[in-house]
Amino acid sequence: MKSFFKTLFKRKIVVMAALFVLLFIITAILAPMMTPYDPYVGDFGDILAKPSMQHWLGTDEAGRDVLTRIFYGARTSLVIGVISVLISAVIGVLLGLISAYYGGIINVIISRIIDVLMALPSLMLALALGMVFGRGTLSLMIILGVSTIPTYTRIMSAQVLSIKNQDYILAEKVVGAENKRILFSHILPNCFSPILVVLTTNIGGTILAESSLSFLGMGINPPMASWGAMVSAGCSKILINPVYGIAPGICVCLLVYGFNVLGDGLRDVLDPRLRGSI
Amino acid sequence: MGRYFGKRIGQAVIVLFLISLFTYLLTYLMPGDPVYAMLGGDITQEQYDIAYEQMNLGAPVWLRYLTWLGGFLTGDWGNSFKYSQPVTELIVRRLPVTMYLGIWSILISTVAGIVLGVVCGTHRGKAADSFVITLANLGAVMPAFWLAILGMYVFSLKLGWLPTHGFQMPTEGLAASIKMSILPVAALSVGSIGSTTRQMRSSMLDVIRQDYIRTARAKGLKESRVIWGHALRNAVLPVVTLTGMSFRTIVAGAVSIEQVFNIAGMGSLLINSILSKDVAVVQACIMIIAVVVVISNLVVDVCYGIVDPRIRIE
Amino acid sequence: MAHYLEVEDLHVSFYSGDTVSYAVDGVSYYVDPGEIVCFVGESGSGKSVTQLAALQLLPIPPAKIEKGSVRLGGKELLQYRSDSVEMRAIRGGEIGMIFQEPMTSLNPVKTIGKQLMESIILHMKCSTDTARKRSIELLRQVGISDPEKRLKEFPHQFSGGMRQRIMIAIAMASAPKIIIADEPTTALDVTTQAQILDLLTSIARKNNTALILITHNLGIVARYAERIYVMYAGNVIESGLSRDIFRNPVHPYTKGLLQAVPRLDDNHTKLVPIDGTPPSPGKRLPGCQFANRCPYATEECEKPQGLKLIEKEHFCSCQQAPRAVSCAPEKNTSDGVYEKEYEFEEKVLEVSDLKVVYPVKKGLLNRTVGKTIILDGISFDIHKGETLGLVGESGCGKTTVARGILKLIEGTHGSVRMNGEEILPMKEREFRPRRKNIQMIFQDPFSSLDPRKTVGELVGEPLLIHHLVADKDEYDRRVDRLFSLVGLDPSLKNRVAHEFSGGQRQRVGIARALAADPDIIICDEPISALDVSIQAQIIILLEDLQKKLQLTYLFIAHDLAVVKHISHRVAVMYLGNIVEIADSEELYRNAKHPYTKALLNAVPIPDPVVEQARDRKILRGEVPSVINRPIGCPFYDRCEFATEKCKNQKPELKWDENGSGVACFLY
Repeated sequence: MKSFFKTLFKRKIVVMAALFVLLFIITAILAPMMTPYDPYVGDFGDILAKPSMQHWLGTDEAGRDVLTRIFYGARTSLVIGVISVLISAVIGVLLGLISAYYGGIINVIISRIIDVLMALPSLMLALALGMVFGRGTLSLMIILGVSTIPTYTRIMSAQVLSIKNQDYILAEKVVGAENKRILFSHILPNCFSPILVVLTTNIGGTILAESSLSFLGMGINPPMASWGAMVSAGCSKILINPVYGIAPGICVCLLVYGFNVLGDGLRDVLDPRLRGSI
Repeated sequence: MGRYFGKRIGQAVIVLFLISLFTYLLTYLMPGDPVYAMLGGDITQEQYDIAYEQMNLGAPVWLRYLTWLGGFLTGDWGNSFKYSQPVTELIVRRLPVTMYLGIWSILISTVAGIVLGVVCGTHRGKAADSFVITLANLGAVMPAFWLAILGMYVFSLKLGWLPTHGFQMPTEGLAASIKMSILPVAALSVGSIGSTTRQMRSSMLDVIRQDYIRTARAKGLKESRVIWGHALRNAVLPVVTLTGMSFRTIVAGAVSIEQVFNIAGMGSLLINSILSKDVAVVQACIMIIAVVVVISNLVVDVCYGIVDPRIRIE
Repeated sequence: MAHYLEVEDLHVSFYSGDTVSYAVDGVSYYVDPGEIVCFVGESGSGKSVTQLAALQLLPIPPAKIEKGSVRLGGKELLQYRSDSVEMRAIRGGEIGMIFQEPMTSLNPVKTIGKQLMESIILHMKCSTDTARKRSIELLRQVGISDPEKRLKEFPHQFSGGMRQRIMIAIAMASAPKIIIADEPTTALDVTTQAQILDLLTSIARKNNTALILITHNLGIVARYAERIYVMYAGNVIESGLSRDIFRNPVHPYTKGLLQAVPRLDDNHTKLVPIDGTPPSPGKRLPGCQFANRCPYATEECEKPQGLKLIEKEHFCSCQQAPRAVSCAPEKNTSDGVYEKEYEFEEKVLEVSDLKVVYPVKKGLLNRTVGKTIILDGISFDIHKGETLGLVGESGCGKTTVARGILKLIEGTHGSVRMNGEEILPMKEREFRPRRKNIQMIFQDPFSSLDPRKTVGELVGEPLLIHHLVADKDEYDRRVDRLFSLVGLDPSLKNRVAHEFSGGQRQRVGIARALAADPDIIICDEPISALDVSIQAQIIILLEDLQKKLQLTYLFIAHDLAVVKHISHRVAVMYLGNIVEIADSEELYRNAKHPYTKALLNAVPIPDPVVEQARDRKILRGEVPSVINRPIGCPFYDRCEFATEKCKNQKPELKWDENGSGVACFLY
């Protein structure tokens, strides 16, 4: 474990990425303590203020402090990102495991469902699902989760298919191990690394998708803070206070970049076959 | 080749059929009265009854699905209550706009990604590699809508070089069309350039370790011949697959880009209809985009066959 | 006297992060026009790296040529950059190369014509037309029929042997002075190996091209080499004329290697293994690299070693030699002779008419349109305590036999009786408890152990699955005993597989197979992934365990010498059939089936004197695919005695009074 972190953080860029992510996590947790302002109730006497000593990044159209909203936005992004990724990882991994291990008709059905999900851009899928299930944090998490299921299923089934034919799985059958033992005690642990790598990267991707949905007005419900919605609102006020629209976007970039580089770093350490390829 | 391609077409047809089922079910499951959903809430009881009759809501759901599918296949995609015109007309006008922007950005991102990826792959660990790959990583994480706003702020509002919104086809005036396309195409391409570069780089690093590259060097070929003559075609294979994926990303990006630049394309049509629950339009949009994605994947498969003789010749 | 190629004091290191490994540590050699020189050594000995470094074909970084000199025709090559005009004129111009893996050495997306002509145009500076003519000529020379047409085909349309022929053609493209062949036949079958090496040496002789042959196979060395360099851990430890080295091996390592390899013509001489493993290239020993494994090592050996002249042209790096090391290899000493008397009574495994047939499916709906016969009726019995060897080339179905018996595959027909009980029709649930009676040792010790489990867990798993232990204490005791049984320290049981060397992993595999106390162990190529010096250790372990535990082995391998050494009886397979089955000594002395004879003929014996006296016939053609199986005798199209009858009718296995069988109309 010690050597794992040592190898992981040997490259400076990975350390930097981990720090970005950590910084945002701390911000998300400590948001109320880091700012004197209320994120939801603004001062209507002071709307769309330019950056100043009181409001470092200015205020929005309701007079709320932009920096405070960014802090709370980190909360939204991380919670939605992590939970929806977990939802899709669990479902996707199970589907992939089952379809690849058992093959046959089960595999055909699952593959076709995945094909359907793959043929639709995930954002569009999320939009369509959003139309049916309505808005709100929970449905947003489910929608975002469902739209990335194919990634996990495909990776998982590719993994299982390659592991299934490895000699050590054959060796398990020879010693008389049951399917359950082979699946959960030998195949699943060996698929763990690539899944962890994709999972890390996917948190970034989901945060990006959440910001896009919120930008389009199909994301979380106001007055909750979301970076995407802030960019959308700031967009039209860009000539008055450019920082309002641009700063949340920078946050999206930094956080997603952090998760991506962390994912690449994990892959270099966990999956020696791909080591050094990114 | 024929069999391989035939199998792909078969799968594509099945997928499209399932998508039609999914699309129909999606709108069927939508909460609220389908008549209000179709026509908007602002109608009289009389209009409601006529619509109920027209939409055949008394019939079982599978029959209504088949009717809808039949209509879709024959080009009768229903009417939009928001735009008060046939959906077919709407889409015929808007699809080319998105396709035009999308194809340009796919071309640009594929070519740029491949070239940059080769440069990185062959200069591994050197300054050029680090610089390009950092940019590529950044490009891959920037939200397209934000990039578009940033571009608009700098190049349109501050510098005044490019228009802030609108779009026209090259046939309606080349110079204006180019000016109007630059920002949307750039915003759409940056992400794909980033991911293509990353993919191409790792694929290149993988290929130049292969035995046949050593064989090429052992023949005494120049390094440039080894890279462009032997490595490139092999390294491009995984990128071809990625290009198929790119199309999905670009369609998704188009939704927000078209909003930012106020372009009347498929993306803005889709989001506006979803926001106003204009069901017929949403159904048609999903189907059309799915068809485009599936067809582009088929094209990718054919390209794959052309690049890789192992698939072409069984 | 100046030699054509002269390499002096070459040092090559690999840099990876903070670690440096010294792959080549002061190697000197020379090559003269027209001679055949062999570099022999195990993996990691630096034999390939030396050659690649001389041609500057190593990727830099991580490799670095630290110092040394490479002179070709008097010109110093290391002064040129790898990508310089001069080096490129030499690579492929003066020196051609052939690599180990024919399957990956050709560019999959270019026609072989393009790949061949590219080299010709580059070095011969000729027109495309001339190049095409020369390509056709070259392909004909390397034995590819219909070259005009095949020029337009892609590598994947050729078999491994054919691809290696194409590689030879590419290497010969510019009529080079030297060809370096890096393990050119390691990936090929033994009959194909003989074809390719005979072709290569005859082409080289005809054109007065020098041939540098890199190999780990002492038999190949004895058959083809004129001079030899023996390499160990980055050094040349012994060099000289082939006959001198085989007659009088001086270095303890060379001597050890010769005793560690089973020979086809030996009389069940007990093998003498070389203990231990080579030093890792990152941690070199101060003096002689072999000192930690050498029975003659003294303190002297910790000092740096130089090469010593033994006799004319014969050098050796061992400072003890020839004083401490007795010169002649001990052969057939009385206590070394294997007990040959055996009598087996009880049949533990009876296989009769085992067939494996796969349906051929087509189209979208996966309709069955035909069938592929993988095994075409295999019958044999194995008695308790006996070893039955199953030998054949790749694709003959020997692994399928193993998997069929173990019920790991679908599509099996016939009958398999284990301890008298019919097991083939059993359901998996019914058969699972019986699995503990029949275990398997796998070929590749790297892929047959779950990388995420500790070796202790892996060895103990069968105990838990079959509920063979009552409590944790007993479990621990049994696992420890299994480790000791296979010669592993039980304190290593908490490590994972990748911390072990290949030989140690194979020991773990054996311990796991033994855990449930089986009657029968199927060994599927258990040593072919291991280095020569390690192979002997495993063979001896298997022999000892058999005696100690009364085990019954089905020993599957492609190496006839190994199979003959370890088995009581041997069955020879060809294209899904057993063509001959006999007592192992009988099979060697008095082979009947033409295929067995060809196979025996193709296996080189590590002794140049024996090799020269042998009457060599090279089997023509290649093994047909199971999809286009001949109607009659499977060997029909390659057999020199084939008649009309053989074409139309399949010979059945006929048994004689000694319990030998042969499937051929000649008998």
